[in-house]
Amino acid sequence: MSWAPAFLSNPERFMAFSRWAAPMFGVIAVVLAVIGLWLGFTAPDDYQQGQTVRIMYIHVPAAWLSMFVYVCLAVASFLSLIFRHVLADCAAQAAAPLGAAFTFLALVTGALWGRPMWGAYWVWDARLTSVLVLFLLYLAYIALRASLDDEAKAARAAAILALVGAINLPIVKFSVDWWNTLHQGASVFRGDGPTLAPVFLWPLLIMGLAYMSAFGSLWLVRIRGEVWRRRAEAAAVRAARG
Amino acid sequence: MSRLRALLSREVALAWGRGGGPLVAVGFYAGVATFLPLAIGPEPERLAAIAPGAAWVALALASLLSLERLFERDYEDGALDLLLLSPTPLELTCFVKCLGQWLATGAPLALAAPIAAIGLGADPSMAPLVFACALLGGIAFAFVGGIGAALSLGARRGGLLTAVIVLPLFVPPVIFGGGALDAFASGLTWTSGFALLGAYAAAAVAFGPIAMAAACRNALS
Amino acid sequence: MRGTARLLKSLGEGVIRELLIRDAAIRRGGRLLFEGVSLALEAGQACALTGPNGSGKTSLLRAVAGLVRLEAGEIGFGGVDPLEVRGEGLHFVGHADGLKPARTAREELDFWTGWCGGTAASAKDAAQELELMPLLDLEVRRLSAGQRRRLAMARLLAAPRPLWLLDEPLSPLDARWREAFGGLMRRHIDGGGLILAAVHDPLPLPTFSLELAP
Repeated sequence: MSWAPAFLSNPERFMAFSRWAAPMFGVIAVVLAVIGLWLGFTAPDDYQQGQTVRIMYIHVPAAWLSMFVYVCLAVASFLSLIFRHVLADCAAQAAAPLGAAFTFLALVTGALWGRPMWGAYWVWDARLTSVLVLFLLYLAYIALRASLDDEAKAARAAAILALVGAINLPIVKFSVDWWNTLHQGASVFRGDGPTLAPVFLWPLLIMGLAYMSAFGSLWLVRIRGEVWRRRAEAAAVRAARG
Repeated sequence: MSRLRALLSREVALAWGRGGGPLVAVGFYAGVATFLPLAIGPEPERLAAIAPGAAWVALALASLLSLERLFERDYEDGALDLLLLSPTPLELTCFVKCLGQWLATGAPLALAAPIAAIGLGADPSMAPLVFACALLGGIAFAFVGGIGAALSLGARRGGLLTAVIVLPLFVPPVIFGGGALDAFASGLTWTSGFALLGAYAAAAVAFGPIAMAAACRNALS
Repeated sequence: MRGTARLLKSLGEGVIRELLIRDAAIRRGGRLLFEGVSLALEAGQACALTGPNGSGKTSLLRAVAGLVRLEAGEIGFGGVDPLEVRGEGLHFVGHADGLKPARTAREELDFWTGWCGGTAASAKDAAQELELMPLLDLEVRRLSAGQRRRLAMARLLAAPRPLWLLDEPLSPLDARWREAFGGLMRRHIDGGGLILAAVHDPLPLPTFSLELAP
């Protein structure tokens, strides 16, 4: 992968880069989260929903991340399949549980928000169902990787699954446009620009960045852990044979 | 071409068993049609409301059951190696295998679906749509299921893993087909759901074999 | 033109002039099986691949067949496109024979012969030569291990291809059939074919030897 920057393609450079980058992203995440939550909780009450609208600041960025992480997973899987690059494979493996966690957070906070808003914890509408499907895809990815004894084969098989499941992403994104659903339509990522008032929009965007930064930090940490685990195993195999 | 024809007749013959193949699937259907009223209660309105959807779900599950025979046997007994070592691209071979699977089990199930739905109390006017949806859905389930079957080659608990992989991928056709049936029953337009189901089936047929071939090559390596 | 080329190939004559393995290394499940393995096999030669269990004989055969990827090194077929070789230029006979228990021997023979590019007539000739005619109407599950191996090997005769990759081909056979197969392999070699066979016991024909030691 000579076209990629060195810190991405060279494991040594990556480890050096991530050693300072991971904590930095973590700090940024905490700072942004504090700012975002403070702004969010001091914003005026929504005229319809009152206090419960505050869950939006937890729920919506989690939903954004659940899809963003899948994109990262799909890209890493693609690179892993085509270039057979170890770091790409580590990145994919590291991303999947994080994506599952964000999706789970989105589903749970969505249910907590839905109860006061719609009167039900769960409805089988297009957006919710397709996010549930996204969650199941993450679980399927993790299960597939864990089920095959040959690690290299498991990694490739899971990468194929990640790419096949990527088809679900546009369905999630556009489902609310295709069907009349209970879940509200897009209010931020729209062609005409956001419809949220700035006093609500800014905290939301800041929380989004906070979540993104948190993901960046956790992802780098997990990739490092994965790289170490492989090194340790390789050393153990060498020691056993020598 | 004659190679593929020979492969197709072999796949259908193997999936048919010695008369066993479609009987198992139809038997599964009969089981569902019997258990549902026992579990839900025999009130005709409740059963009739869920009848088309239940027949649809039973179709998905029956397709799932027959997936294990698709690749696992060939993988274990070395036939998959030989199928790969051929001028015929593996993608085409996988396509033919899934087609054979559908002909042997999916198509008979599609015939049984309207009967099961009516048996559970659906309106007989729904029968053609149930049949059409089951036909398209069976294709979608066969080709998408094939992806799951190919990905779980060599895993312990392969059948369970296939189900886990395939479950999120089965959801869209179940929603589309169920939605179409539901809309028809309520007198709303059912064409959009049906069209989406057709589109999903077409995509599964077009792209599924590519994923399957990649998964098979990975498993054989 | 393609038909003539096919005919030439089907005679097993010199379409694959050599099998060249250079500095091959294979890693499986994280473990390096072997490295630096080289072989130059020319048309009309056979090579016996030896080594203890787990040394990678099967993996090397599968790598030549294109099923397994080399970690290092390369495999060439004397200028012939590897895709062509792996599609119609080689026979691979592994431990498993690819025969379905519920089908009859005749159905399996016809299918695999057809799949490998042979004809019904050549399948019949092969069945006669390997004394499979009385077994053809039996289901595969009723055949003994030796009979199954003969059935699996029948496609080698029914659909001629220049390179034979064999994984312990003679192990389930009795002495009489081992000698007979030795003769068949010698005939293949004399006709310009190549054989690479993984074995524990020596083959009943003159071969080179390649040992895979851990």
